[in-house]
Amino acid sequence: MTRTGFVVANLFRKRTRTILTLLSVIMAFLLFGLLQSVNTVFSSGADFVGATRLFVQARVSFTTPLPRSMVPKLEAIPGVARVAYQQWFGGVWQTNTPLIMFALDPQRYHDVYAEWKMPEAQWQAFEQTRTGLIVGRQLANQHGWKLGQKIPISSNIWPQKNGSKAWEFDLVGIFDGKDEDWQKRTNLAFIQQDYFDEANQFGLKGRTNFFILKLAPGADAQAVSKTVDAMFENSPDETKTQTEKDFNISFVKQIGDIGLIVRWILFAVFFTLLLVVGNTMAQSVRERIPELAVLKTLGFSDGSVFGFVLAEAFALVLAGGLIGLALASLAGAMVEKATGGQFLLRLDASVWLLGVLAIVLMSLAVGLLPGLRARRLEIVDALAGR
Amino acid sequence: MSEPMVKVHNVTKVYERGKQKIEVLHGLTLEIPKGDFVALMGPSGSGKTTLLNLIGGLDKPTSGEITVGGNRIDQLGSGQLANWRAHNVGFVFQFYNLMPVLTAEGNVELPLLLTRLSAAQRRKNVAVALEVVGLGDRAKHKPRELSGGQEQRVAIARALVSDPQLLVCDEPTGDLDRKTADEILGLLQVLNREHGKTIVIVTHDPKAAEFARRTLHLEKGQLLEQAA
Ligand SMILES: Nc1ncnc2c1ncn2[C@@H]1O[C@H](COP(=O)(O)OP(=O)(O)OP(=O)(O)O)[C@@H](O)[C@H]1O
Ligand SMILES: [Mg+2]
Repeated sequence: MTRTGFVVANLFRKRTRTILTLLSVIMAFLLFGLLQSVNTVFSSGADFVGATRLFVQARVSFTTPLPRSMVPKLEAIPGVARVAYQQWFGGVWQTNTPLIMFALDPQRYHDVYAEWKMPEAQWQAFEQTRTGLIVGRQLANQHGWKLGQKIPISSNIWPQKNGSKAWEFDLVGIFDGKDEDWQKRTNLAFIQQDYFDEANQFGLKGRTNFFILKLAPGADAQAVSKTVDAMFENSPDETKTQTEKDFNISFVKQIGDIGLIVRWILFAVFFTLLLVVGNTMAQSVRERIPELAVLKTLGFSDGSVFGFVLAEAFALVLAGGLIGLALASLAGAMVEKATGGQFLLRLDASVWLLGVLAIVLMSLAVGLLPGLRARRLEIVDALAGR
Repeated sequence: MSEPMVKVHNVTKVYERGKQKIEVLHGLTLEIPKGDFVALMGPSGSGKTTLLNLIGGLDKPTSGEITVGGNRIDQLGSGQLANWRAHNVGFVFQFYNLMPVLTAEGNVELPLLLTRLSAAQRRKNVAVALEVVGLGDRAKHKPRELSGGQEQRVAIARALVSDPQLLVCDEPTGDLDRKTADEILGLLQVLNREHGKTIVIVTHDPKAAEFARRTLHLEKGQLLEQAA
């Protein structure tokens, strides 16, 4: 037997109680892991470090189109290397499979996104075919689409000039992602902006949903973003310029302040946990006052006895915490897989670090008072049951 | 007999309960030679446990001197006192006070966690101690799987395992039937005669006192003239 063995043996004095407490710690940390990783995704905003692209949308909402006449102005800003733009098409495959589909300028888009891998011949075909369509590998595989095929797609927002909602495109290219991360996003479809402009009923010419600025190497992303928004301030088309990541999550942010919600939930969870584990520890010390006195009688110092109690609290919270975080990692990976990589719920290092910090703080919070009580214990009084 | 194991000189012990002060021991003086086996008797509340706890270094006197094995233990701080107890004295209580979550073996090993002994050495010492109290075959049993007499044997093994020269026992047979009590007292006698342990027991049982070499009577915090 060792001191550690003794601590563990004491934990299992009341097996059921320990297991129930352990389960509540596991649940709390599972929740913590998941919510915190959601939070990391949503609160990592305004981080311009390493940004290579900026997204420019209308300040009111990204559903409000901006004039494409902005392109030369944007391109003139120092630090901007190239500008592309994308128009939401709202494509639907067959009767009810929505597609993530945009109209865009092939050349510009190709210049801005080096992450897509597609033979140059196919890029050229896309540029030269008015009714051209390119799709990502995932999407092509999903529907069994082959190069050269005619793909009928309807749009519930953009009917053609003849009033028909049915469009037909020629599949001229299939692109891959440069790595696993990008490969997961190949569920996109792109058509030509020129064709869209000509063919759609509303003649929504010269406008687009958003611009994508490719930054020049070494450009200051934050400064460029400020310059853009300042440039169009007080114009009919005020802009909001943000990083790619922020842009991607901005629609979720509209639901509310995710960070705040997450913090409140976690606060409630940990407060409850504090009461549950704190009560377990207090009870476990209370019911063995004489045993703790015997330890001191045998020559264990006040500090050692304090250490035993604190170690018990720590072991309980550590075991539960690590299991909970591990389960959260697992659940996150499952969510990621189930959503085809759309929803990245990763417990990154910062979540684990925060988790370990929470474990340490929680152990102290629940172990300190019972530990001090054990430390203060007078042997003769405790032995006599006073 | 040789030089004293325990010297208690002019010791008083005052308990304070709020404003009320209770003097339990009044300038008590006592010597216990090495190798002695003393039974401490007296009415309930006379201060037997108080005196025993002072001799064992569980508590400190209000005034006076206590020397055990040449150490002035009344002058030690609580940390030093804990360390001194670990090496110099073994305790046996009326209700055994074993750790319910540990086996007999684990209970006996507990005091050795305070030493530098290796795990193998600890196991060996534990086996020897359990053998001495006649429980070699119950090493893996938890306290609740043992009888009262067996539990007390485990407690004695725990008191012995770090090889202290002094054993203090507060009513070690108070919770046992006659036959089991006599076995336990016989065991203490062996430890005294054959292993040279100095033993002080508190008891209410005159028959128990017969196992000791001599009996001291405590009454209202003072020793009565002892019968030789
Ligand atoms: N911590 C304490 N605080 C206050 N009074 C105490 C304390 N410890 C002991 N006493 C009192 O001191 C007196 C002697 O107590 P002690 O336990 O030494 O008696 P005892 O001789 O061992 O009695 P018993 O045979 O019943 O065990 C009693 O009156 C007791 O109430
Ligand atoms: Mg007593």
